Amino acid sequence: MRSPLWTRWARGGVLVVLTLFVCAPLYVMAVSSVAPLRDVQGPFTWLPSALTLEPFSQMWKTVPLGRYFLNSAVVALAATACSLVLAVLAAYAISRYRFRGRSGFLTTVLSTQMFPGILFLLPLFLIYVTVDRTLGTELFATRTGLVVTYLTFALPFSVWLLVGYFDSIPRELDEAALVDGTGPLGALFRVVLPTALPGVAAVAIYGFMTAWGEVLFASVLTDDRTRTLAVGLRGYATQSNVYWNQVMAASLVVSVPVVLGFLLLQRALVQGLTAGAVKS
Amino acid sequence: MSTTTPSRRGGGQAGAAPTGPLPPSAAGERAPRRRVPRTWFPHLILLPALLVELLVHVVPVLVGVFTSLLQLDQFSLRDWSAAPFVGFGNYAVVIDLSSPVGADLLRSFGTTALYSALVVGLCWVIGLAAAVALHPPFPGRGLLRTLFLVPFALPAFASVITWNFMLQRDTGLVNSLVVDVLGLTGERPFWLVGENSFASLVVVSVWRTWPFAFLTLTAGMQSIPAELYEAANVDGAGPWWRLRMVTLPMLRPVNAVLVLVLFLWSFNDFTTPFTLFGQAAPAEAEVISLHVYNSSFQTWNFGLGSAMSVLLVLFLLAVSLAYTGFLRWRRDE
Repeated sequence: MRSPLWTRWARGGVLVVLTLFVCAPLYVMAVSSVAPLRDVQGPFTWLPSALTLEPFSQMWKTVPLGRYFLNSAVVALAATACSLVLAVLAAYAISRYRFRGRSGFLTTVLSTQMFPGILFLLPLFLIYVTVDRTLGTELFATRTGLVVTYLTFALPFSVWLLVGYFDSIPRELDEAALVDGTGPLGALFRVVLPTALPGVAAVAIYGFMTAWGEVLFASVLTDDRTRTLAVGLRGYATQSNVYWNQVMAASLVVSVPVVLGFLLLQRALVQGLTAGAVKS
Repeated sequence: MSTTTPSRRGGGQAGAAPTGPLPPSAAGERAPRRRVPRTWFPHLILLPALLVELLVHVVPVLVGVFTSLLQLDQFSLRDWSAAPFVGFGNYAVVIDLSSPVGADLLRSFGTTALYSALVVGLCWVIGLAAAVALHPPFPGRGLLRTLFLVPFALPAFASVITWNFMLQRDTGLVNSLVVDVLGLTGERPFWLVGENSFASLVVVSVWRTWPFAFLTLTAGMQSIPAELYEAANVDGAGPWWRLRMVTLPMLRPVNAVLVLVLFLWSFNDFTTPFTLFGQAAPAEAEVISLHVYNSSFQTWNFGLGSAMSVLLVLFLLAVSLAYTGFLRWRRDE
């Protein structure tokens, strides 16, 4: 279908403006991360006066970025792994069995998504501190506490997405495995899971992104030792002199893995993200 | 994420085993029954997820409701379960509009409502414009689609801190553009303090969130049958009429969920304002999550903070229920 001239112009205009809007911060991040300090301390320069990779080496010294990085990586990976296991098991139960409380579970889990984080934060802080004091555990201000917290954040969406995936896999497949004498867990891990691999990958990257970018709980449930990137990056700003080129370099470095993962698994993730809205 | 209950609930019930009066223990003998026999297996593998959900979501909500009835401040925090019980005292303070606490909460609530309305509206409009513009195929379409997803994929703290740099008065890109290139004002405006801070917050939030609207609307548009557009073409409808008579009506169910999700996200948003302004957010941009956070962790008055969050949740519940009720009513009309 041919469209009249004005719509083509309007479409072009929309796309150009949106591209500029989307790219402006990306451009600033990229350009400033290779600019010398004097560039980012004066009025904004569209092109750096010199190219330098110094911010990428200096950024590790201004704040303990390495430690934050390690904390974030450990916490995000552990939370992702745990939530993946829990989500796969729960989704398998919901997809393959009919039992009392099945829809109640799904509804409850999904509805927690609408609550503000702040509602859980204050009590969780109290609970962790109290449990630590009475049972001698280490939940408050530790990576463990953060992992336990984060693994639930991705759980509802992960379960929801995986149930959809599992439902699309013919039951005959796991029934055949059951007849062959593998237990239901064997059917899950040997038959269903390999078939649902794109969904599992999407759930994993989603869980990782959630944990990697979480700010609210990290700001309260961590201390100097366990601070994650999401909070630690603000450390540059509290220095008397803000090294903006280092901040931008650090932002770039912490973004690249997540963005790449997201874009690689785009299709599977987007499917899951939008399924809820489109289906109903 | 999605606030809908899954549509597959209810359906498929027919597949359930003819369980009858069979006791659960009888499942031990792996009967050659086709359907899943009565077994504790599903409950067993659901249990871990259930336990962490209880620990991190359900129990804290109950504790939160409990602490909202306590006079819980920095003095009683250490032994918080023994804090004096004040009934609805905290609620009375929080909703007393003549007290500074109540007045601040109301102002913050108003800010959040406006913020949320603007973010939802702008995200929807921009997302729709992008989805429509990228609907017909052309070279480079896939690339643009991917590019438009990047703001959504970036970790919030990294992109918002970049915006913070861009909005700096003396070194930022925005003032360089507004003052030096376009010459719109002589004086360099402040963007992160004072009255401009609200607009800054909205722009940054829209930048981060609109790709989700774009994604959802794109998926919704892909499920519109092409015949409808062809029929509209036969009727001589121009692009504007196609949008109004085909696209928008067909997107209605998608919009219903999208708007609710965007509303809940923006109303509860903490990451964007916290990363953009730090702890000391300007009063003009102190949205409710930040307000509760600050009044809890700066003054350590958890009782008041809990009361505020409980009220916030009740408000969100009421809005969501009213909204879904309205949708149902409109569908039945």
